[in-house]
Amino acid sequence: MSAQPAAPNTPPDHVSIEIDGKALQVPKGSMIIHAADKAGIQIPRFCYHDKLPIAANCRMCLVDVEKAPKPMPACATPVMDGMKVYTQSKRALDSQRNVMEFLLINHPLDCPICDQGGECELQDVAMGYGRSVSRFVERKRVVADEDLGPLVATDMTRCIHCTRCVRFTSEIAGTYELGGMGRGEHLEIGTYIGKAMESELSGNVVDVCPVGALTNKVFRFRARAWELIARESIGYHDALGSNLWLHTRRGEVLRTVPRDNEQVNECWLSDRDRYSHQGLYADDRVAKPLVRRDGRLVEAGWEEAIAAAAAGLKAAGANLGALVSPLASCEEGHLLAALLRGLGSEAIDHRLRVLDFADGAAGATFEMPLAALEGARAALLVGLDPRHDAPLLGHRLRKAARRGAAVHAINPLAYDGNFELAGERVVPPAQMVDELAAVARVLVDGGAEAPVALAEAIAGAKPGDAHRAIVDALRAAQPAVVLFGDFAVQHPLASWLRALARFVATATGAAFDELAGPANSVGLSRVGALPGASGHDAGAIMQRPRKALVVFQAGALDAARPAAFDRAREAAGFHLHIGAFGCAGVQAHADVVLPIGLPPETDGTYVNVDGLVQRFAAGAKAPGDARPGWRVLRALGAALGLPGFAFDDLAGLRAAMPDPAAPRSAQAAGLAVRRPSVEGLARIATVPVYRIDPVLRRAAALQASPLTPKPVLRLHPGEAQARGFAGGTLLRVSDGSAEVVLPLEISDRVPHGAVHVPAGFHETVALAPTGAVLSLVRA
Amino acid sequence: MKSASGIQAVKDVDPQVALSDDTRARIDGWLAKFPADRRRSAVIQALMAAQEQNGGWLSDEIVTAVAKYIGIPPVWAYEVASFYSMLHLGKCGRHKVSICTNISCWLNGAQSLVEHAEKRLGIALGESTPDGRIHLVAEEECLAACVRAPMALVDGHYHENLTPEKLDQVLDSLK
Repeated sequence: MSAQPAAPNTPPDHVSIEIDGKALQVPKGSMIIHAADKAGIQIPRFCYHDKLPIAANCRMCLVDVEKAPKPMPACATPVMDGMKVYTQSKRALDSQRNVMEFLLINHPLDCPICDQGGECELQDVAMGYGRSVSRFVERKRVVADEDLGPLVATDMTRCIHCTRCVRFTSEIAGTYELGGMGRGEHLEIGTYIGKAMESELSGNVVDVCPVGALTNKVFRFRARAWELIARESIGYHDALGSNLWLHTRRGEVLRTVPRDNEQVNECWLSDRDRYSHQGLYADDRVAKPLVRRDGRLVEAGWEEAIAAAAAGLKAAGANLGALVSPLASCEEGHLLAALLRGLGSEAIDHRLRVLDFADGAAGATFEMPLAALEGARAALLVGLDPRHDAPLLGHRLRKAARRGAAVHAINPLAYDGNFELAGERVVPPAQMVDELAAVARVLVDGGAEAPVALAEAIAGAKPGDAHRAIVDALRAAQPAVVLFGDFAVQHPLASWLRALARFVATATGAAFDELAGPANSVGLSRVGALPGASGHDAGAIMQRPRKALVVFQAGALDAARPAAFDRAREAAGFHLHIGAFGCAGVQAHADVVLPIGLPPETDGTYVNVDGLVQRFAAGAKAPGDARPGWRVLRALGAALGLPGFAFDDLAGLRAAMPDPAAPRSAQAAGLAVRRPSVEGLARIATVPVYRIDPVLRRAAALQASPLTPKPVLRLHPGEAQARGFAGGTLLRVSDGSAEVVLPLEISDRVPHGAVHVPAGFHETVALAPTGAVLSLVRA
Repeated sequence: MKSASGIQAVKDVDPQVALSDDTRARIDGWLAKFPADRRRSAVIQALMAAQEQNGGWLSDEIVTAVAKYIGIPPVWAYEVASFYSMLHLGKCGRHKVSICTNISCWLNGAQSLVEHAEKRLGIALGESTPDGRIHLVAEEECLAACVRAPMALVDGHYHENLTPEKLDQVLDSLK
């Protein structure tokens, strides 16, 4: 007869155990360390990490289990009913002390020069569980370092072989870059061939490393942990709003580390959010207000600058436009909108990279929340590069795919993914509409009713097996999701893609998740940084010059048509730049520059893809006389005598601001005019992951990363061969009105009939955006 | 340390070019012995085949080619290639002589065998003779022939109850 359950009141999938005399009820199949962590009982560990698979190779977590013949690793010993565990018994403490001694045998005693010193798990655990002296007098081993690139510094002699980093690159990043080379005493963690890490999440190996073997290269030797003040903040590059800590010293951000939030970033942080703080301290940061005098920008006092700005705007009256970077907070967006509307203009927009405004889409949020994506059973990606559009969104999708979700994609490029796609259609931009129409056709043939406006396009589509497979996948496995990515949002026929993708989602019962844009795009849409009914969108503001133009935090490289952005600045009678950087474009065109803080330096509110409203306080000091954007706008509004600028503090401002938690009511509708496609190579313009905003473009380490490619032009091997171009050839690329010279890279990731010319580089600003037909000749 | 272009060359290796028809056929044979979702299992034998093709050692390129051919991350192949003593990561002599230095052989005089071989060939463990004839494999672990210790593994064959004279005969027979 088997033993009676120790506690009859235990829930069905739980067992009763006892740790250090404390009775606990824990889920069946969980490990002792889970139960101990939950109960707040300390067990030392190095290799165990909550988010990584269990390796049980450091042996630091040995505990004494009743009836077990030897100490057991708490991280790899499943709980059993009636189990009694002792973490403080003599056997447990002896084992822990012995393991600690072995771990320290080859570890150098270089804590005084080690960046991890003071925040080192090895130091802490050695202090708590080790001996005070070492009995080891023999020679310690030394390991040669590899260069893992500009983000992660290595001191592999300090490595204790916990393999957390190895498991991180394989299980989380999916890049399988690190491994254990050699055997026994010669085991070394490395890439073997000595390459730089190419993951967009590589900085997390610094966090998981319990010792000083992998450290933050940008932060290296800058400060000690105890000199830093941690301030809560959020990431401001993608629209996920990852939670993070700014580690500052005397107001300067020295590094950034993740802050746990299971709903957003779990315990990870993308390299973009981690290393961008370097960009805050770029050389062209504006520290004092500037006013143009005799053709030159000269430093001025705040009062003078505000007065000059107010005068310039007043002179233009309602003939005024504002181009707002998505970096703006809700408060700043609201005040900009109030400023423009107060002066009688509706020409304000933050959708600088959008080409198709026909459906007025802005600020869409996810129907299936970010955290739920990992539970999706099927997904269709439309113009989405999961790893680069939003790295931690890519991580959620990878989890779903590894759990068996069928992920299909309709993309302009075969993106370098870190999971297996069930199907992928890689087509030139214009054909993405046809591809989605073909998927819709399968649904219509199956009895679904398409919106009237789409009927003709759908009827003309010719579905194939690939399209039927997509429909089958979305229908068969629920929950399913259609993800609408950056490329789709920035597509010249975005309204078509959106309407068709939405129809596919509705007809298959899938959720529709649109990445509205970078940073605070969702929040800005909600607080009204959008053109009103009679207003002009970003495209119109750039194409039709007005008497006065306000640019907030944006640069030409943030616009879909950088050349048009520059022309609009040039043509404006009065150009007011409110921003942090005084780049060449600002120097050339601005009449007044009002220097303001960037998100880590300002109090603000961001809304993320789930509609989650996140308030953050200024964590760092803006340089010189730069002020928070909302204060500057308040002063400007007051100088103009506009209503809505009478508040005294942030609370007053927030009380008057539209509620950022309230979704935008307007529904996307309307379709752009589809023109028959023109023969030739259509441009695919994507913005590389570290080129999307002014701060990133100034972060030196990210710019040196292998993920920031040199600006090249990429062609399919077939297209290159047909034209007789060899790889590396310099080509003159023309869109009919402008031309640039770029080297050719031959790549089978690019479809036939298209040419990939990345945006976000000065070298390619002159060219027309995605969809433009480009001609190529040898330079 | 490798140059950037050298690393790129390793990453860009084409398994169809780097691996011969015969090597690929042998890898296919091993792949067929394992379930379709366990292709990783064939990596040891695939590396052995590649090593044979490459003249007795594994270059970074050919290890990468094997990984790509099997369809596993290259780092998994590097881990295996650097782990096993029968896989050689540097250019080395034709005949591999591994004198076991593990406990049983060591107690029975393996150390003097090693010294003898080193002196006779004029090379240290882990090195090859300048004429490319013999490679003395560094630190061979137990080969499970303790009952007739000391022993050596020469080109895959066991030679047991060795004495310096017997080892000389074996070394002399290698052409």
